[in-house]
Amino acid sequence: MFDQNRNNRLPNRAGLGYKPQHYAEIMDNAAPVRWFEVHAENYMGQGGRPLAQLRALSERFPVSVHGVGLSIGGEGPLDPEHLARLKHLCDWLNPASFSEHLAWSSHDSAFLNDLLPLPYNAASLARVSAHIDEVQETLGRQMLLENPSSYLAFEASDMEETGFLAELAARTGCGLLLDVNNVFVSATNLGYSPQSYIDTFPLDKVGEIHLGGHDEDKDDAGRPLLIDSHGHEIADPVWALLDYTLERAGPLPLLVEWDNDVPEWPVLAAEAARAEAALTKVPA
Amino acid sequence: MSQKSFTKALLAPDLPAPDGLNDGHGAPAGKRFAVYRNNVTVSLIDALEAGFPVVAKLIGAENFRNIAREYLRTEPPASPLMMLYGKGFAAFLARFPPLAKYAYLPDIARLEYALRESYHAADHTPLAPEALGRIAPGALADVRLVLAPSLRLVVSPWPVHALWLYNKREGAPKPVAMAQSVLVARSGFDPEPHLLPQGADRFIAGLQAGKTLGDACESAPEIDLGAALGLLLGTQSISQVKHEELP
Repeated sequence: MFDQNRNNRLPNRAGLGYKPQHYAEIMDNAAPVRWFEVHAENYMGQGGRPLAQLRALSERFPVSVHGVGLSIGGEGPLDPEHLARLKHLCDWLNPASFSEHLAWSSHDSAFLNDLLPLPYNAASLARVSAHIDEVQETLGRQMLLENPSSYLAFEASDMEETGFLAELAARTGCGLLLDVNNVFVSATNLGYSPQSYIDTFPLDKVGEIHLGGHDEDKDDAGRPLLIDSHGHEIADPVWALLDYTLERAGPLPLLVEWDNDVPEWPVLAAEAARAEAALTKVPA
Repeated sequence: MSQKSFTKALLAPDLPAPDGLNDGHGAPAGKRFAVYRNNVTVSLIDALEAGFPVVAKLIGAENFRNIAREYLRTEPPASPLMMLYGKGFAAFLARFPPLAKYAYLPDIARLEYALRESYHAADHTPLAPEALGRIAPGALADVRLVLAPSLRLVVSPWPVHALWLYNKREGAPKPVAMAQSVLVARSGFDPEPHLLPQGADRFIAGLQAGKTLGDACESAPEIDLGAALGLLLGTQSISQVKHEELP
């Protein structure tokens, strides 16, 4: 059992998903961005520019390591080699935060490079709790677990996602990473209110908020089908949901994610400035 | 619904969405499952296209994406380290019948993969150039050279170096048919392919296998030793000189 927020040193300010093409601009003047997040798996090589840049970045800014490949929601055991690589990276970098997803991405020997869904029930809860325990014990630090974007539902689910996450946090002592774009995407796709999701989310466990852009499509029945693409500006209703969340949770570290069709630095800086502006409306 | 059947359906477009899933409104998952299938397929195709840009340029983006789709369904990544994905792509291209007339493509893929491996390889401290000069001429044949972890060799019956340059660098000369061997070396952070002189591939492979300088030369009798060592030193590819231990 790990204490809440023991290792969490990300500031309650705007952060950005790090993209190497902006390295020179960031080192020159990153304002208004105060911290950066990197995907763990991109820094598991043996050396070269990626690790050198990450080291230099970490000397100037708080860095969050965000894993996308541990498959915590997988039916099988965690990959011991991958867990060892994560430990090596966290020991080497000593990041301000480590987070992963409520999802699976590997089956047998195949890595599928996507965050895949799982049913919310007692069996999943037991398995995911054991995986989180193993991660926290191996890394020697608390982790944050992120809520997914959902496109479909499982007949085998008998718990709400918020209750499932609250129970995981209670059992393991992990913190939560609340992605408000994922909340908006899932709520639209599955037909519930994003505000009621926030109302039932264990906000006292949240150590970081994610914001990102989504794509709009339609399903077979002509209903809106939103896709978590991280490929453009954050949508207005997601900014509104952020305000709704911060009013209830208080200030938190806010991360802007933009991973595909990455724009020039000023566009990213403008999104980060908008996140900073949302924070200034919140009483400390 | 198990993750096994979910995985199988992700990688087989003809299979329906697995049982036990719905659209959240009581209807079958339908297109909603296709979102995951599309994410998996497109993200892996994109990763391959980013990793093999010259192969993609040589056969055209549309052909490349179709072939990459076949490949990922046969050989999905074996690890979450996407930087390693595509190690078997060259071998897949070599046994892909529609590409039989592009016999040089697999070696271009090998070169591109070697460049990527080199980029992520461990750093090292290069040997000072004068260190070799300090060795007594009589002892030179018995030393072993420790080479940079980022060094890679690509040996080909095709003009792979010329083909790569022609498709990457403006104004590079048009390739002509010949066998070429390439040394991928990284001084600093950016790997660069260097054309090797005759025999130097066998010489360097010998050094990599731990042979002494003398034995490595014997496996490549036609080699210009000065030129080969000059290339290794000039690309900061030697980490260490090890003298034969005295009996």
